[in-house]
Amino acid sequence: MSIKIYINSSLSNPSNSPSGVGGCQTHNFTLNIVIIKYNAGNTQSVIYALERLGIEPLVTDDFEQIRAADKIIFPGQGEASTTMNYLRRVGLDRLIPQLQQPFLGICIGMQLMCSHSEENDTPCLGIFPEKVRLFPREAGYKIPHMGWNTVSQLQSPLWADIPENSYMYFVHSYYVEASVHSVANCEYILPFTASMHRDNFYAAQFHPEKSEKMGARLLENFLKI
Amino acid sequence: MLTKRIIPCLDIKDGRTVKGVNFENLRDAGDAVELARLYVEQGADELVFLDITATVEKRKTLASLVKRIAQNINIPFTVGGGISTIEDVRLLLDNGADKVSINSAAVKKPETINLLSQEFGNQCIVVAIDTNWLDNQWFVYINGGRTPTDKLTFEWVKEVESRGAGEILLTSMAHDGTKNGFACELTAQVSNLVQIPVIASGGAGNRAHFAEVFETGKADAALAASVFHFREIPIPDLKKHLQDKGITMRL
Repeated sequence: MSIKIYINSSLSNPSNSPSGVGGCQTHNFTLNIVIIKYNAGNTQSVIYALERLGIEPLVTDDFEQIRAADKIIFPGQGEASTTMNYLRRVGLDRLIPQLQQPFLGICIGMQLMCSHSEENDTPCLGIFPEKVRLFPREAGYKIPHMGWNTVSQLQSPLWADIPENSYMYFVHSYYVEASVHSVANCEYILPFTASMHRDNFYAAQFHPEKSEKMGARLLENFLKI
Repeated sequence: MLTKRIIPCLDIKDGRTVKGVNFENLRDAGDAVELARLYVEQGADELVFLDITATVEKRKTLASLVKRIAQNINIPFTVGGGISTIEDVRLLLDNGADKVSINSAAVKKPETINLLSQEFGNQCIVVAIDTNWLDNQWFVYINGGRTPTDKLTFEWVKEVESRGAGEILLTSMAHDGTKNGFACELTAQVSNLVQIPVIASGGAGNRAHFAEVFETGKADAALAASVFHFREIPIPDLKKHLQDKGITMRL
């Protein structure tokens, strides 16, 4: 399927209302965006965030529709072993690493793209060789890491036009160590990876769909890759 | 650095905000979506919507409001008020709420917390606790703070954490509505007892009260309603003031 989309590049207003000076710059091209449907949390916020950018994503677990997508988003909140078991049962564990299109994992989506998670000792998809670890307990630090934190050392087209030390919204108890695949870092208790990139695979530990203007810009950047 | 969070709370009845709000640039001050968007523009870090509708139509009205909120704002928000079942929670999350807050239902049937956090993940289950000082101890109250229970607050906070709560929203009823400051000592004690984040609520009257609840009270977030609704404390001023005091804010 093919959907005509208009990306509002001003991003100054989360709604479709006029944004004042300069108005909306529209790009006219077609994009077929698929959100992978699986058993991890609700995807509604990601759908609405894309709709605010003028996109109507298709939410599906159908292999043909996923393979036919221009870009794929793998969002989610949830627990590693339950979600991995589900991906294995339906065969998505084999499909996902073979995909060639730009692919964006969000939160648990990013963690599942790594090789292993300490959350219930779970082997994951292995797109990134890094391991997912539980934050160590330290006095004065709450777990989960919940709220707005700054991201730095920003690289890759995913982070175009996003200033260093922008705030993003995080909710997680497990983290990926900073590595060669990090394209953004964050710090809480220790330095960790906020965002990753390898080949066509991109990932964000935070929730761009809930990270106000800069989060919307990151999603828009992904759509342009 | 992780920031402390400033959270305006909107009371909702029949799909509209209840307390009179005083914003001249709002076309419809009763429209929760419009007020929510204004707070996002001003720099609110999250929002809480507390539904006080008592009618049978409640769930449908609330779900459609939650959907409109989720479509229009791009920061996290929590919905609370009369939530008790998996179906209640699913309906709200499916419509785009990020978290739900449960209160009386958790006290009456504590397994509810386990059930909901297993089903939806603990990150989206906020347990709201109303508490008051009685006979030299803090007790948990339910039904909007009207009904005392025999639960001790310091035991209950540990229990809700062990059952899978992702966050605690703590309201001292003696402080709520007074504008004389948050219950800082209580908040600090609760915050030290649990590993999960604690949102302090009740008593905000000026900017110094917020600084106090973050520094002395060790709160991770502070929630208030009327001081924001009536523009007694503009959010940008508040966050600037706190940042100047050395408290990390998202500016």
